[in-house]
Amino acid sequence: MVLVIVLVAVVVLALAGVGLVASTRSRRRRSGGTAPAAVARPGGLAVPTPTGQVPAEAALEPEAIAERPALRDRLGKARQLLGGYLDGIRGRAFDAATFDELEEALLLADAGVATTTRVLDDLRAKVRSGEVEQTPDALLAALRADLEAMFEGDEPALAFGEQDRPTVWLFVGVNGVGKTTTIGKVAARERAEGHKVVLAAGDTFRAAAGEQLETWAERAGVTLIRGSDGADPSSVIFDAVAHAAARGTDLVLADTAGRLHTKVNLMEELRKVRRVAERPPGQLTEVLLVLDATTGQNGLAQAKQFTEAVGVTGIVLTKLDGTAKGGVVLAIRSELGLPIKLVGVGEGVGDLVDFDPAEFVAALFG
Amino acid sequence: MFETLTDRFDGILTRLRSRGRLGDAEVNEVLREIRVALLEADVNLNVVRDLVERIRARCSGAQLSKSLTPAQQVIKVVNEELTSTLGGDPLKIHYASRPPTVVLLAGLQGSGKTTAAAKLARWFKQQGRQPLLVAADLQRPAAVEQLRVLGLDVGVTVFSEPSDPVRVARQGVAEAERLGRDVVIVDTAGRLAIDDALMAEMKAISEAVKPDYTFFVVDAMTGQDAVQTAEAFNDALALDGVILTKVDGDARGGAALSVKQVVGKPIAFVSTGERTADFETFYPDRLASRILGMGDVLSLIEKAEREYDSGVAEKATERLMKGQFSLEDFLEQLQQIKRMGPLQGMLGMLPGVPKDFRDAKIDDKDVGRVEAIIKSMTPGERRGVTVIDGSRRLRIARGSGTSTTEVNNLLRQFKEMQKMVRSMGPVNRLVNGAKQKPSKGKQKGSRFTPSSRGAG
Repeated sequence: MVLVIVLVAVVVLALAGVGLVASTRSRRRRSGGTAPAAVARPGGLAVPTPTGQVPAEAALEPEAIAERPALRDRLGKARQLLGGYLDGIRGRAFDAATFDELEEALLLADAGVATTTRVLDDLRAKVRSGEVEQTPDALLAALRADLEAMFEGDEPALAFGEQDRPTVWLFVGVNGVGKTTTIGKVAARERAEGHKVVLAAGDTFRAAAGEQLETWAERAGVTLIRGSDGADPSSVIFDAVAHAAARGTDLVLADTAGRLHTKVNLMEELRKVRRVAERPPGQLTEVLLVLDATTGQNGLAQAKQFTEAVGVTGIVLTKLDGTAKGGVVLAIRSELGLPIKLVGVGEGVGDLVDFDPAEFVAALFG
Repeated sequence: MFETLTDRFDGILTRLRSRGRLGDAEVNEVLREIRVALLEADVNLNVVRDLVERIRARCSGAQLSKSLTPAQQVIKVVNEELTSTLGGDPLKIHYASRPPTVVLLAGLQGSGKTTAAAKLARWFKQQGRQPLLVAADLQRPAAVEQLRVLGLDVGVTVFSEPSDPVRVARQGVAEAERLGRDVVIVDTAGRLAIDDALMAEMKAISEAVKPDYTFFVVDAMTGQDAVQTAEAFNDALALDGVILTKVDGDARGGAALSVKQVVGKPIAFVSTGERTADFETFYPDRLASRILGMGDVLSLIEKAEREYDSGVAEKATERLMKGQFSLEDFLEQLQQIKRMGPLQGMLGMLPGVPKDFRDAKIDDKDVGRVEAIIKSMTPGERRGVTVIDGSRRLRIARGSGTSTTEVNNLLRQFKEMQKMVRSMGPVNRLVNGAKQKPSKGKQKGSRFTPSSRGAG
């Protein structure tokens, strides 16, 4: 109770300061136009918890103006990205900008601030200890080696269970990432490997999702088990596993509706789907999070939430045939230990490759 | 404890009276944090650089705010810059003089075009228009079927035919004319900006239908690549606006800023859910604070301005300084402050609050007890007119469900607090500027010595 009185006094004083200026300061400009009459002002976007910390108040100093080096024009440099930093950096003498350029490459690849900082700090330490030579070539080579090493020990192969019961692979992820397309590709691939495959149309929500997966089932030459629209996804998957068990099918690929990881009820539904998928006779050996390579830092949040909800075993990184580099998987691998299993490189049924760390890292730097 | 408190109040006072300017060191320190925050929000690296430089130029040598810490001042400028970049003139649909008005949607795979098409159709209907949907995505399995189902959902006819996208689009517009529809919305297949063949097809579709509006559909969780993709689409199609989708997630949405910067056209709509009704016009200030990720700082300042009656606050502070601040005043202030949110969080946000207090733990129960005690007093007791003797204390304790010890404590601490604040005599002048005469003779043992405090 001691503090309450004092703190309220403090607050009063502080607010008095705010209040004083509020009456004299002009109101913050309201930008944007007027909403059309038909659209009611919505309840508001949730503001996620701030990641930036407001620094402790700095002591006021007399006017000491720090000398800032002139900034180079980076825009032109960035456009050369696709041309490759290899060309830009290689063969040059080392200068302070070299680390900047490495940082830039990583950030532009969506590696994120935390991973980029950590990785470059490690590199700097190696330079200081003499482990790595301070030339652009050596630095780049060391950096690539370090990044590749992050995936050490990972196996791209997807796990099968015992032979006498169907193996189930569950595909999860947010909306629009390419789950259904990926399932089509995996089905074709596994069939070519000699497995008997059945698809479970576990997306009972999205308009025409069943039809979409049906097309892929035809393309891959496999059976599709569907429920009615709006049916319980768990029951569709249950039926598919039962069907597989009865016919000696060894692999069930279960599709699920895309869902934002922030939707509590949808994640709860997914938990239930998982519980059903792992019921005997099925053996749930993989829960694959499908992730779009164009995704930024939110990919890490997705990975965390989906893992927490249903225990993700591996990542499928899609749309890597575009210009996005998918660098967020570096953070996912390092923070969550999730291996990247497969990579999608197009919309065709054959556009699926195993994840290769060396290739992936090489592509990060153009 | 009260001794250090007096010392610490200096921080607030220094700020209140300071006529200084924002130092570059402070600005740079905050900008470092801002840079990280924006990158973590997926704002493109080069857009961040530009923005940071603009802010640095704006803040350098600026007059120090009297109500905000230097850090908060810079944050406020950043927020304004973000808002103005994201905002600007909103999109206003000008319908074609010769109907139909053609709207074309373009974007990467999975960005949400088909769902957006249906939502747009519903929106146009709400505007009193009669739209037609054209399903020109013949690439994605069951895309046409998907749009048909959505069309049923929103009560809008969907046109398609199994030919090729360019032909479908062209025929779709013709069909709209035939049916007398005044808006036609053309959904197209998602495509990579670097896919030359598909980008050529997109251009061909555009040339075939001559759209009045071409919208670029972007997923709010897109990362650094947003710039390259937006540039490529803009070069190919001359975009008129942007639709930002999946905004109901927790992606910070920095891609929107990058795209806006690159394309220079308004963000027209945001898609906020999977239902066709989840479609809104865009509010730049909301997205700005979400991208920056420092929403509570801004909203608290805003709230304080809005809800804390500044006239009352000034008067209360005056009385506080002069030692005329009563328990009644205190209760009034406490209740005003409570309206703004939990005291705990507030302390960290207010300008000039010393670090010790920012980290102090307040139990809302304690606040409740203090409130209850004061409420159990008579007006006379609250105003300090009636002396609160033993029997009154007992009554108050019973009435508030506390103990006489607590009542004693409160009264004693309140007196202490009054004494201490009163001892900061010179503040009267500072707080009230020229209009207030300095308080007389109450400067006993003041620990506030301006000259020893250094540059301010």
